[in-house]
Amino acid sequence: MNGDGHLSRREFLALAGASGLFVLFDLERLLAQEPARLPGRPGYPADFNAYLRIAENGRTTCFVGKVELGQGSMTSLAQLLAEELDVPLDSVEMVMGDTDLCPWDMGTFGSLSIRQFGPVLRAAAAEARAVLLQLGAEHLQIPPDRLQAKDGVISKVGDPAVCVTYGQLVQGKRIERHIEKIPVKTPREFTVVGRPAARKDALDKVTGRARYAGDIALPGTLHARIVRPPVHGATLKDVDSSAVANVPGATVIRDGDLIAVLHERPDLADRALALVKARFDRPAQELDEASIFDHLVKNAPPAQMLGANGNLEEGEKSAAAVFDHTYLNSYVAHAPMETHSALARIENGKATVWASTQTPFGIKTQVAQALGFPPEKVRINTPYVGGGFGGKSASRQAIEAARLAKITGKPVQVVWDRAEEFFYDTFRPAAVVKIRSGLTSAGKIAFWDFKVICAGEREAIPFYDIPNQRTASAGGWQGDQPPGLHPFAVGPWRAPSVNTSTFARESQIDIMAARAKADPLEFRLNHLSDPRMVRVLKAAAEAFGWTPKAAPSGRGFGVACATYIGTYVATLAEVTVDRATGRVRVGRVACAQDMGLVVNPDGSRQQTEGAITMGLGYALTEEVRFRGGEVLTRNFDNYEIPRFSWLPAIKTVLIDNPETPASGCGEPPIVCMGAVIANALHDATGVRLFQLPMTPDRLKSALAG
Amino acid sequence: MVQPVSFKLNGKPVRVTVDDERMLLWVLRFDLGLTGTKFGCGEGICGACTVIVDDKAVRSCSTRVKDVAGKRVLTIEGLEQDGKLHALQRAFLERHAFQCGYCTPGMILAAYALMLANPHPTREQVVKALDDNLCRCGSHTRVLEAVEVAAAATRGRVR
Ligand code: FES
Ligand code: FES
Repeated sequence: MNGDGHLSRREFLALAGASGLFVLFDLERLLAQEPARLPGRPGYPADFNAYLRIAENGRTTCFVGKVELGQGSMTSLAQLLAEELDVPLDSVEMVMGDTDLCPWDMGTFGSLSIRQFGPVLRAAAAEARAVLLQLGAEHLQIPPDRLQAKDGVISKVGDPAVCVTYGQLVQGKRIERHIEKIPVKTPREFTVVGRPAARKDALDKVTGRARYAGDIALPGTLHARIVRPPVHGATLKDVDSSAVANVPGATVIRDGDLIAVLHERPDLADRALALVKARFDRPAQELDEASIFDHLVKNAPPAQMLGANGNLEEGEKSAAAVFDHTYLNSYVAHAPMETHSALARIENGKATVWASTQTPFGIKTQVAQALGFPPEKVRINTPYVGGGFGGKSASRQAIEAARLAKITGKPVQVVWDRAEEFFYDTFRPAAVVKIRSGLTSAGKIAFWDFKVICAGEREAIPFYDIPNQRTASAGGWQGDQPPGLHPFAVGPWRAPSVNTSTFARESQIDIMAARAKADPLEFRLNHLSDPRMVRVLKAAAEAFGWTPKAAPSGRGFGVACATYIGTYVATLAEVTVDRATGRVRVGRVACAQDMGLVVNPDGSRQQTEGAITMGLGYALTEEVRFRGGEVLTRNFDNYEIPRFSWLPAIKTVLIDNPETPASGCGEPPIVCMGAVIANALHDATGVRLFQLPMTPDRLKSALAG
Repeated sequence: MVQPVSFKLNGKPVRVTVDDERMLLWVLRFDLGLTGTKFGCGEGICGACTVIVDDKAVRSCSTRVKDVAGKRVLTIEGLEQDGKLHALQRAFLERHAFQCGYCTPGMILAAYALMLANPHPTREQVVKALDDNLCRCGSHTRVLEAVEVAAAATRGRVR
């Protein structure tokens, strides 16, 4: 070791027992790749054994590549399995997000767990049940059509004493038999799905026994704190870590772009990190949260046409009034309460990483590349994840921990502090929406010309009946085109694209309704023919107790509706405004959804309450402030997220529609929150805000006119 | 200064020999192995690290270990008694007053401190007491319900 606490590279190698080359790679580039675009994606395995194992004692272990982020998929996926396999729900144990044990999965995001993976799991369990019935028939010497399966037991119809359990048949082994094309149950046959279920993670979470990546302890673990640039795009000039020697037990490691201080205690590593003097060249600082919008409009890639019908010119001719508005929304952070965390260990040439991530299989590839290991020599374990919301699709910390574990030969834990979490977050992109629309003298929408810039195209095409319309999108929420468009990383944030486009569309609709002197709910219904949307609007209105009145009525009522990947959502809200402070208080919210089949009604309500509460933040306060690549909002003191005193009374309506495939509700109920509050605010005050968040300052200046 | 610090932890005496300027959070988590107490912000803002010291809710990320010398510290791991969940834990469990669960130990302990001082809080009092405990998942509605359920269930016998 050098006097300054540095290990030389040769010493690292000796420590790690490694030989040969370190493969350095461009971490930024690797991380910029969306997991969805990594090459060579395999699909879900066809063999049902990949998803389940039945032990001799009858307990079933279910293996899924999904992870439990708080959304309750540990429970809802267990419900699907228990339903189709006919085993008791509490006999199912879930193994989630372990890349050695679980079948491949793309990641836990986009409300896909139930919508896309649900059918896969159901089919696997249904086939397993059919095979078990066959095996049972052979075992009992009774034809299968005279047998029934229930609670993990196969018995003779009318003579339940003649029986054999799944456990006895299978004894924990793989089932080497397959039957093709076994249908899943119809909703009428359900006994587990569609009913409330006790959350499987409850006991762990109320006792503190739930383990998150930062809670996993291995003997000899070193905790790493990493030298970070002050600004995105900064380059390291020089670094002096000699003072680290003042913290006994601290060591410094430098490997290419990675400089870390390690200690057996994280807080002492942190203390040592504060002693490292690193100087950086800062790039010129131009953009900030005010100038970003012009920049995006100027530099976004060319717009793509998403859809059009009728003739805009004709439409404009038929319009008695034309409305031209621009809507803005700021960068928004994911800010999960658990920061990105990982523990990595390398033993006998195999790396094991416990990570807080939404994409265990994606980071398996990334860690393998970073270490120069073949993928089978990397295992990612995903313990409970303390919130994701899209932000843990990128998991740079896992790579950092793995690289440091390889260098030191010891387990290394990386837990970001809050400032790192804000710095490396893949924010919801700042974005601009421009809408030009018109109204006939009869109060019908004459035309609609919609362009979204930098939020992405998802759900941008309106579901209203509009004779002449055009929808275009320039730049996606991934923000990768052109490179450097955003001063920092952006990415998926709970319902990508749709918070932005819904805010704009539903505000514009309200502006037209107000001009038509129509009740905003009726105005919407007058332009809707999709029965599912009509139904959710009416259901939400009934739950809310809506009475028709044109805005601004002074009541502070708002309405907004949207679709999100198959789910229909309508949200109504009542607000009060403190004109002196500019503070908005949302008193109550009613939200109705049609998400097709509801797997776990209480879980869906809970997700809905959570999304509504979270949505108050991007609507009212959440805004990443920055100067160039320097992120100025670094903790919850200047990035204000919703808290108890903001809480509205929430009413949730779930439309019963079990024959339609499940489309999920983790994201849909958040998308109306910007618009519904903007509309309610206008109804209360007659003033409209065109920028999210609707902060007290913005509201006060709008009120001052 | 590295020196022994003694206090009562979850009803049992402990003695750690550590740099006594270190924050209690890290000593709990990594010297004493109690990982139920969470790190969220490190600056006393979020409440994830809430523990009870002499019946008051404190933020362990901002409390030096020497400041609990001779005191009683309760963490989430110490709330169960004789293998039985505390009424608050039961209510959080039954009402599903959590999603990711990361804020939950801090929430439960902040509510516990409130109930020690005020066994039958009104909803406004609960909101006030928990307002600086942040939850990103939006479990607030359920947390308020759970605290009410627990307060009713304990009938004044909070401990
Ligand atoms: S970690 Fe202590 S208050 Fe946030
Ligand atoms: S339950 Fe996730 S932060 Fe509260």
